[in-house]
Amino acid sequence: MSTNPLYTPPPGRDESPLHIPLDINSRYIRLNRVRRQAVNRAVTVLAILSTVLVIVPLVAIFVYLLYMGASSLNLAFFTKIPAPVGAEGGGMANAIVGSGVVLAIASVLGIPVGIAAGVYLAEFGRGKMLAAAVRFTADVLNGVPSIVMGISAYSLIVTVQHHFSAFSGGVALAIMMVPTITRTTEEMLATVPHAIREAALGLGVPKWRTVLSVSLKTASPGIITGCMLAFARVAGETAPLLFTAFGNQFWSFKLNEPIAALPLQIYVYAISPYDEWHRLAWAGSLVLIVMIMVAVTLVRIYAARGMMKGAS
Amino acid sequence: MALPQMTEDDSKQRIRPIAVPAEQREPAPILEMPGDGAMSAIRKHLTSRGSGAIADRIFLGLMLACALSIFAIVIFIVWILVLRSKLSLTQFGFHFFVRSAWDPVSGDFGALSFIYGTLVTSLLALAMAVPLAMGVAIFLTELCPRRLRAPISFVTELLAAIPSVVYGLWAVFVLVPIMRDQLGPWLYKYFGWTGLFEGYNFGVGLLTASIILAIMILPIISSITRDIMLAVPTSQREAVLALGATRWEMIRTGVLRNARIGIVGAVILGLGRALGETMAVTMVIGNHPDIAKSLFAPGYTLASVIANEFSEATGDLYLSALIEIGLALFLVTIVVNAIARGLVWAVTRGTPSRAH
Repeated sequence: MSTNPLYTPPPGRDESPLHIPLDINSRYIRLNRVRRQAVNRAVTVLAILSTVLVIVPLVAIFVYLLYMGASSLNLAFFTKIPAPVGAEGGGMANAIVGSGVVLAIASVLGIPVGIAAGVYLAEFGRGKMLAAAVRFTADVLNGVPSIVMGISAYSLIVTVQHHFSAFSGGVALAIMMVPTITRTTEEMLATVPHAIREAALGLGVPKWRTVLSVSLKTASPGIITGCMLAFARVAGETAPLLFTAFGNQFWSFKLNEPIAALPLQIYVYAISPYDEWHRLAWAGSLVLIVMIMVAVTLVRIYAARGMMKGAS
Repeated sequence: MALPQMTEDDSKQRIRPIAVPAEQREPAPILEMPGDGAMSAIRKHLTSRGSGAIADRIFLGLMLACALSIFAIVIFIVWILVLRSKLSLTQFGFHFFVRSAWDPVSGDFGALSFIYGTLVTSLLALAMAVPLAMGVAIFLTELCPRRLRAPISFVTELLAAIPSVVYGLWAVFVLVPIMRDQLGPWLYKYFGWTGLFEGYNFGVGLLTASIILAIMILPIISSITRDIMLAVPTSQREAVLALGATRWEMIRTGVLRNARIGIVGAVILGLGRALGETMAVTMVIGNHPDIAKSLFAPGYTLASVIANEFSEATGDLYLSALIEIGLALFLVTIVVNAIARGLVWAVTRGTPSRAH
């Protein structure tokens, strides 16, 4: 007689149960049921507990950041440049403008390339090996530490120019923006119904015109939001700017000179020993966080509308 | 009237427009149709705008070039890093990674202590983050009331997007004092016998860095795991439940077992993130090249040594040693990420996850 693989006999009974009618009220079965339900309950409690354990401290961190930032922020933060060591007051106006300059360079370089690569993946590369390879490389590139981008931009531009520059910082950030934007654009374009494209092509509109005026236009809210998210993400990056933009205590608008940037300034001030500088670091963090919150929330809204399924 | 003789030349002229590649075709052949002076208005309109063949090709070429630029970026990064670290590559060879000497004054460099710091902090962070992230993912996909699901995943996404330097700022002013005054002494009192919590506790060190790393990778691991578990078909769950399984048995056999490859991928993705995390770690790890057994001891990671010393590096050898560390970091994270993405893709079929 063969043994039943789904049934382990209770301890002390080694005969196969197949010829015995199963008594579901037997002590063994009952105990087993109690044990299984106990395990089920224990795991449920554990899962809820771990969620609470994660969400509560994280939200606490978040609220603490908001609180510290809000209590340190004032108008001078947006209008003044850093005060000398020991002096009261001062702000990060030059760092905000500097961040703006570096991010503008990054966007000008990164966004068109990212969108174009996304267009290739979605409109021309469906089912092609090459497209799969590009997609994979983009995802892998997304996980490369930002500091490596910093060294690369340093090796490429700073060592040639022999001085730190806003431009090199912009290049480092642009490289980081490309993979994110590529993937978002591809996802957005994939949500555009095929019928719309076919309608355009059927009217004799050339393919390039179809892509630009129909596909991209239909997906544009999602793509713009994706770009915003990539923008917000690199806006907080410090590591790539450490030895490219380098930072600057004064106003600077030139692309080939060291320039201040908000995250850099936060880093320098956070590890400084002065209370006044710590206050400014908190305020700077708040500005960064608010920017990111806006971007993430917008993405969420589009995600809820079904525009950006699975994109980030 | 005799019909004109069709010569060799004529036939070529008629056939050629069809045979030549698209670039040369447009729009001449149609416009010069012999004997047909009156073209229909529609045809005239269409031909006057061209067939779009050239424009289409240029457009495709541009898009393709941009797509290929992603390969170019990777190749270019490797090339430039190898080029700039050649000095240290030739000077130390492979021994660079198994020696712990780090003496910029005498020009003696080895990366072992940084590799040690990176591995210890990353693995410790994973050990702390993975169980919690699993719990969160299970809760979000299987247990959570529908109404709570969106807000919780929104919060985790938001936290995944907070910049590293802001976490670092928080760690410097909140976590370090807690470690120094509360958690550190407690650990020493109850777990001091393990030898892991010895020596002077500054508040900064390997353990503090691991904790901040765990906090930073938690949202990433949990949201990718959640995406993977959502990709498991509902029919699997229903089948297991129909056999009389409890909810946990359903999760274990129906969901986790089906999603295990992807979950491993998510964990490795978290590892990749932890290996390369720079700013927050640099701010709390203590920045001292040492291989210490105690988790209170200050350490150094591959990324933080670059962040901390790069702009002050004097001398070509010093700089190229730091760039070699960057190269190693790049190659390791590329491999780790490639493995992880491959595993995650095997489950979710290429849809990107919410948090990267």
